[in-house]
Amino acid sequence: MRVFKDAGHLFRFAGLFLVAFLLFLLVRGRVVPKSFGEYGHYRGNAIRDIAALPVRFAGHQACATCHADVEEVKQKGKHAGVNCEACHGPLAKHTDDPGTLTPPKLDTAALCVRCHAASAARPRNFPQIAEDHFGGVACETCHQPHSPAVDAGGAQ
Amino acid sequence: MTISRRHLLIMLPAAAVAWKYVLAGTPESAPNYRKSEHWWSMLIDIPECIGCGNCVRACQAENDVPDGFFRTWVEMYHVSDENMVNPVVISPDGGKEGFPAVAKEDEGKYFFVPKLCNHCADSPCTQVCPVGATFITPDGVVLIDQTYCLGCAYCVQACPYGCRYIHPEKKVADKCTLCYHRITKGLTTACCESCPTGARQLADLKNPNDPIHEFLKTHSVQVLKPQLATGAKVFYNALDGSVR
Amino acid sequence: MSGVEGYMYPNEITLYWSILIVLYPYITGLVAGAFILASLERIFHVEAVKPTYRLALLTALSFLLVAPLPLQFHLGHPERSFEMYFTPHDTSAMAMFGYVYLWYLMAVLVFEIWLDYRRDIVLRSQRRKGMLRWIYKIMTLGSSNISVRSLHIDERVGWVVTLIGIPSAFLLHGYVGFIFGSVKANPWWSSPMMPVVFIFSAMVSGIACVMVLYMAVTRLRRKTIDMQCVDTIARYLFYTFIIDFSLEMLDLAHRVYEADESFRSLDFMVHTKLFFSQIVLQIYVGTLVPLLLLAITQVTKLPEIVRKRLYAIAGGLTLIGIFAMRWNVVIGGQLFSKSFLGYTTYKMALATREGLLMSIALTLLPLGILWVLVKLLPPWPEENGTKAAGMSI
Repeated sequence: MRVFKDAGHLFRFAGLFLVAFLLFLLVRGRVVPKSFGEYGHYRGNAIRDIAALPVRFAGHQACATCHADVEEVKQKGKHAGVNCEACHGPLAKHTDDPGTLTPPKLDTAALCVRCHAASAARPRNFPQIAEDHFGGVACETCHQPHSPAVDAGGAQ
Repeated sequence: MTISRRHLLIMLPAAAVAWKYVLAGTPESAPNYRKSEHWWSMLIDIPECIGCGNCVRACQAENDVPDGFFRTWVEMYHVSDENMVNPVVISPDGGKEGFPAVAKEDEGKYFFVPKLCNHCADSPCTQVCPVGATFITPDGVVLIDQTYCLGCAYCVQACPYGCRYIHPEKKVADKCTLCYHRITKGLTTACCESCPTGARQLADLKNPNDPIHEFLKTHSVQVLKPQLATGAKVFYNALDGSVR
Repeated sequence: MSGVEGYMYPNEITLYWSILIVLYPYITGLVAGAFILASLERIFHVEAVKPTYRLALLTALSFLLVAPLPLQFHLGHPERSFEMYFTPHDTSAMAMFGYVYLWYLMAVLVFEIWLDYRRDIVLRSQRRKGMLRWIYKIMTLGSSNISVRSLHIDERVGWVVTLIGIPSAFLLHGYVGFIFGSVKANPWWSSPMMPVVFIFSAMVSGIACVMVLYMAVTRLRRKTIDMQCVDTIARYLFYTFIIDFSLEMLDLAHRVYEADESFRSLDFMVHTKLFFSQIVLQIYVGTLVPLLLLAITQVTKLPEIVRKRLYAIAGGLTLIGIFAMRWNVVIGGQLFSKSFLGYTTYKMALATREGLLMSIALTLLPLGILWVLVKLLPPWPEENGTKAAGMSI
C-alpha cells in the first residue's frame, strides 16, 4: 500500500495519458470521413467525386451521331483515324446544346503544319511538307481536310 | 498501329450503357460502371508519335492543368551515334506547341516520347502518402483526393517519373487521373481522343477482348525505369534504351 | 524558366522541399543528440558531464517543441495535419512522425524532466506567489508527495525512462533518415546508410550544441566553467564525430566506386551547384577543421583558456557543418533531374511562409523557449532556489 501511496503522482501522470487517449478516440470518431476505408486506406467517396467531374471532349461518337455526312467522307480518306476534336478542339458544350456553341472556323495554315511541317524528328513514313510547299496558298485550296488527298478534291 | 478507338470503345462493357447519357450530354449520370471489371493502362506507340502536342493541349483543356505544370508532356530525344547514353532531350512548354523543326542533315536519331503518370501497380507515391490522400483505385488508376491532401510533397519526391507537382493555387498534389471521369463513362482519355495518329491508346488489361493483349504479344514493349519495379502500366512500343 | 541546365522533367523545375525541410532534420537531430548526452550521465554513469544533465534535457525539450513547426509551415494545408494522427498510412515513413514525436515528447522527455524536477516543482509551488505559484501547482498535477520514498521511486522510474529514451532518440532521428533513405526514386537519398548517418550526425550536433550552450550560459551567469565536464563532452564529441565522418566517407567511397547510372549526374552536381555547401562547408569547414581542433585538444596539454576557445570554435563549426549536411541532403536531392540529364536551382524566398526569415525565426525560437524553461526550471537549483525561497519568506 505504501508503494501505491508514494507512487500516486505517477498514476496522475498516467491518468493524463488516458484522458488524452480517450479524447483522441472521441475526436477521431467524429473527424474521419465516413467513406474512409471503403476500398482501402482512403476516402471511398474521392473516387466518386473524381468520376463525377464534367467532360470537355465529347468524343468522336457524339460528333458522328449528327455529322454522319462528314464522318462518311472522313472514313474514306487518310484522316479516317483522326478524331473530330483532334482538330476542332473540345466541344462537349456543343454536343450538350448545339445552339449555344458553334465550333469556330479553323485556320488551316496554322493547324495543318502542327502535324505536317517537315522535321527529321518525325517518323519517316509520315506525310510532311517543306516550308516552301505552295507558300502562301491556303491548304484547303488543294486538300479537303476531312479527306486530304489532292485527288479527293479541295474545298468545294 | 492497327487498333481503332472505335473498336476499343464498343468493346468496353460499360460503354454501351453509358453511351446514351454521353449523347444526352449528361455522362456524369451514366450508371453501371463496375470497378472490379477493369484494370486500366495505356499503350504508347513511339514510332507513331509525330510530336504535334495535341495530347498536351487536350489534357490542359480537359483537366484545367495550371500553366507551367503538366499531367502529360512530350519529350524530343536526340541520340547521337557516339554518345548513346547521353541523349539531348527537350520539351519546350511540355511540347504543348510542338517542337522546332529538325533539319535533315543533323546526325543521330530523333524521336518523341509522350509521358504521363504510369499508374503504377506498386506505386512509390501512394506508398509514401502519410494520410491516404493518394491511392490506387480497384480499377487500377492512381488518384489524388485533393480534399484530403496535406500538400507535404512527399509523393512528388517519391515519383521516379516526375509526374507529380503541387498545384500552385490548390496547394495540393496534382497529376494525371487517366481521365477517370471519362473512362468510367465509356469515353477514352482526352489525350487519346485528340491524338491524330493513334500513338496513345487507352487499354483495359482485364478486358480479354482488348486489342492490347494481341499488341503486347506481337511487339517489343517496355515500361519506363523497369529497374525500380514500380509496376508501371504505361507500355511503350519500340522504346529506345536511352529514354529515362 | 531560368536556373535550369540540361533537361529537367517539366514538373521538376520547381523544388518543393525548401529550407524549412532542411531545418526539420537539423532540429530533430539536436534533440536526439542532446538527449543522448543527457543519458551519458544517467545510464553510463559518466559523472563528469553531470553539470550539463538538466541543461541537455531542457535543450532537447525546447528544440523538440519547435521540431514540427517547420513541417507545419511547409504544408500546403497545415489545417489538415491532424489527418496524420487520425488516418496514418501504415506504409508511409512520414505517417509515423506524429506518433514517434508524441511518444518521445510526452513519454520520454516531458516525463523524465517532470520526474527529475518534481521535488523542485513541489517546493516552488509552496513558496512562490501569484501566477507562478499556480503554474507550479498545475505542474505538480496535484500531488505534493516528496517523501524520500517517493523521490526514490522517481529516481528508479527516471532511470528506466532514460533507458527507453535512448532507443527512442535513435528511433526519432533514424526514422527521419529513413524518410529520405527509403525514396528509391532518388539515388542521392536512397541508401540504407541514411538512417545511421543521420543518427550519428544527430549525436554530433546535439553534443556540440549542449557544449556550446553550457559554456555560453555559464559565462552569462558569470560562473566558472567546469573544465572537467567540458573536456569530457569534447572527448565524446570527438569520438562520435570520427564515427560519423567515417560513415559518411564510407557512403561516399561506395558511391564513387560503384559509379552507377546516377553517378555522373550526382558527381557533376557536387562539383558545381553543391561545391560550396558540400565540399567547402560540410566537409572542410564543418568536419575536418573541428575534427583537427578537437584532435589537438586530445593529444596536447593546452592551457584552459586555449581549450575553451578551441572547443567553442570547434562546436560552432560543427553546428554549421551539420546544418550544411542537412542542406546538401534535402536541397541537393532536388537539384538534379531524375532523368539524370539536368539541374535546377533553388531560389530561397526571403519573407514568405517558407522563406529565410521564417527559418531564422524558427532557429531562434528554441533558444527563446529554453530561456523560459531555464527561468521556470533552473538546471542549477542550489543557490537560485534558496535565494528565491529567502525572498518569498
